Amino acid sequence: MAITLIINGAEHGVTAETETPLLYVLRNELKLKGTRFGCGRGQCGACTVLVDGKAVQSCDFPVSAAAGKSITTIEGIATDGRLHPLQQAFIAEQAAQCGYCVSGIIMAAKALLDAKPRASECEIRAALKGNLCRCGTHHRILRAIRRAAEEMNR
Amino acid sequence: MSQRSDSAQPRQLPGSLNTNRRLDRWLKIDRDGTVTVFPGKVEIGQGILTALAQIAAEELDVALERIRLAPAATSYSPDEGVTSGSRSIQEGGMALRQAAAEARDLLLQRAAARLDVSLEQLTVADGQVTARSGGSVTYWELTSDDLLARDATGDVAPKPLAQHAVIGTSVPRRDIPAKVTGAPSYVHDLDLPDMLHGRIVRPPSPGAQLTALDEAQVREIPGVVAVVRDGSFLGVIAEREEQAIRALNRCQRIAQWRETAALPEPDPRYLLRADANSEVISEKSGDAERATTTLEAEYARPFVAHASLGPSCAVARFSDGRYTVWTHSQSIYPLRHDMSKVLGVAQEHIVITHVEGAGCYGHNGADDVALDAALLARGVPGRPVRVQWMREDEFGWEPFGSAMVVRMSAQLDGEGRIANWTHDLWSHGHSTRPAGKDGVNLLGAWYLERPVAAATPGNPALPAGGSHRNAIPLYDFPNQRITNHLVLKAPLRTSALRSLGGHVNVFAIESFMDELAATARADPVEFRLRHLKDARARAVIEAVAAKAGWRRGEKGDGARGRGIGFARYKNLGCYVAVIADVEMGREIAVRRAWAAVDAGLAINPDGVINQIEGGMIQSVSWTLKERVQYDRERVVSRNWEDYPILTFEEAPEVEVVLINRPDQPPLGTGEGAQGPTAAAVANAIYNAMGVRLRDMPFTRDRVLAALA
Ligand code: FES
Ligand code: FES
Repeated sequence: MAITLIINGAEHGVTAETETPLLYVLRNELKLKGTRFGCGRGQCGACTVLVDGKAVQSCDFPVSAAAGKSITTIEGIATDGRLHPLQQAFIAEQAAQCGYCVSGIIMAAKALLDAKPRASECEIRAALKGNLCRCGTHHRILRAIRRAAEEMNR
Repeated sequence: MSQRSDSAQPRQLPGSLNTNRRLDRWLKIDRDGTVTVFPGKVEIGQGILTALAQIAAEELDVALERIRLAPAATSYSPDEGVTSGSRSIQEGGMALRQAAAEARDLLLQRAAARLDVSLEQLTVADGQVTARSGGSVTYWELTSDDLLARDATGDVAPKPLAQHAVIGTSVPRRDIPAKVTGAPSYVHDLDLPDMLHGRIVRPPSPGAQLTALDEAQVREIPGVVAVVRDGSFLGVIAEREEQAIRALNRCQRIAQWRETAALPEPDPRYLLRADANSEVISEKSGDAERATTTLEAEYARPFVAHASLGPSCAVARFSDGRYTVWTHSQSIYPLRHDMSKVLGVAQEHIVITHVEGAGCYGHNGADDVALDAALLARGVPGRPVRVQWMREDEFGWEPFGSAMVVRMSAQLDGEGRIANWTHDLWSHGHSTRPAGKDGVNLLGAWYLERPVAAATPGNPALPAGGSHRNAIPLYDFPNQRITNHLVLKAPLRTSALRSLGGHVNVFAIESFMDELAATARADPVEFRLRHLKDARARAVIEAVAAKAGWRRGEKGDGARGRGIGFARYKNLGCYVAVIADVEMGREIAVRRAWAAVDAGLAINPDGVINQIEGGMIQSVSWTLKERVQYDRERVVSRNWEDYPILTFEEAPEVEVVLINRPDQPPLGTGEGAQGPTAAAVANAIYNAMGVRLRDMPFTRDRVLAALA
């Protein structure tokens, strides 16, 4: 069926079966490759996007449920050509090894910091409950998120 | 008949330059003001490409921004075998350094002729060559297509250390900006015109045979383009990815298989009863004081998964009898070798290009999925097919890090020194990468109508070793005997997992050192130094102790404690010592960990630190949590719930001290932290609670059992 999606502020018409996970529509129809497949079961967070500001695992979210809602992907968080503070902080802290987990983690962190700009270390860690990193970059990633939070609170 | 060895042997050149001697295989000076480097080693999240760019910029005296890196491809890249074993800097980096130094020399000769001055008159800054007398010319003006069309000579010396301006600095990784902005970065993100999506229907258990499938029920699913069946190899191809997955699910429901697997009991001690090739790999007998105390212990690890975050993926196209393949394989040439055997085409008719994947930590499904994609592409000539394994395929079919058992025994003399040391280890082989001795190491090949058998599993030879990696202690014992019991027949597929046997051997050696130190009533740090002459080894142990604020003889408080572990990776790579602090709550938690590392000359210090930090955290995960579960027929760990890994809530704070030794050759660091970290955790648990855990993973149940 034809569905209208609002992605990173722009409307897009797509055709897909209603139960198709949003992830495949983003990646294959809209060519937004920054949202990644890791497990397809809502266990790893590689596919995290924001739906009306909330972190959602797009592998586990039917495209029909996304219709009319505001969807934000990693490609949509820079503003006017300026990287989002989280993106800047990940570069500054060199917070990636393979980087496959990174876009999902940035989206989960954004959802947290938007709702709670002064999130504590514990809250940051808890917000990443649904995100895995296999390379062991946790320490740098946490540092980058703290750095971004400071920047955003200035 | 006599042979003159001096003329018969070409001169030994650094690293992989020795086997790929043409300079234009390695780099190209372009008229547009850039330099293109052609590495044979590939990026696997370790930052190698950034380090190689630094090396080229340094030797050529050009700005880092001018360096471009061509993706590795069998159509033009040097054959550097496998990107593994922390050898990329030694092999690829040192080759490139020499090639770049020779390229610079050739450019300077041209400049000298052009400016009509002697070589000594010239200086270079960012590719601009200036004569003292005033004239100047750029590399970009001097270059020509034939400039580097010649073999390296080995006559030009690379830059002396004192002149290094780029090597030894932490320049930012070049791939990170794309990754944080979501730009296509991985083979998973390739999107070619007309591309189809494939999925493989893997059997329920190893060796199972496909006995029946009603293909019509699959073809009727909207979007399905082809069902590819060849013996028990089964795949589906569809226009859209979700359609391919739907077809896969239907196949899984309706396909019938005959299962024959007979998997062992979960305890790795089944290895002790299996047929093994036993070989004494080190034996030493010397004078020792009379031994007074004997200690014995047995350590074990179950099968551990690479469990890459992104499942294995490849894209392939078949047209006019030729294959084009995009893959995150660590070994494009060996992969091509095996693929040509299976596909029945000449190697020249297969072009393989590397595109990055998610971190792999050794030999995972990367190569297998490349063959899968080619086998499906053969069914739809002209159209590219993207095949991605499902999470369940990745856990079920990747080659695991082998289960292992290690038995140690030692005797202490009256002075608290080790007089005698024996180490016996049991393991399957740790190397079944493509291009093995015989057969084909690609999963799909074993299931075809006309199957190509797997190669005989084996081990990389010593001194690096496979299952016996790091089994020979670096400590100075007067008497020792190390025996490797290699169990060739593996019930589950095994291959290289980051550090191979090193994780378990170092865990065993370093745990046992702690047990001996306790028996000798010695401090663990002091006890190690007592047996260690190697100055660089001593230095990392002392440095990490200082950093962590190690206090002699300090005891844990019943819930918290700390421990140390040390190794020189492969006994010839980097030196790493780790201290870990643990805390017993509901589960064991590693709160903090410190490492000191000596990797010789660090090309990119932050890159070294990043790898050691990652290695420590991953090793904590393996050691505390990981175990591949299986029943008598099937692997039952199929997703992250069945195979939990360390989470953000559990990850330790880590800190790394880098001992830079610019006067020493660079040593890879990708795998150096795995063994020392495991031992540091075990020793910290003992220090905290007085219980000795010898079987990984250290789950809550194991702690409770040990306390009982
Ligand atoms: S891919 Fe969606 S949670 Fe793993
Ligand atoms: S950086 Fe590789 S999975 Fe996180």
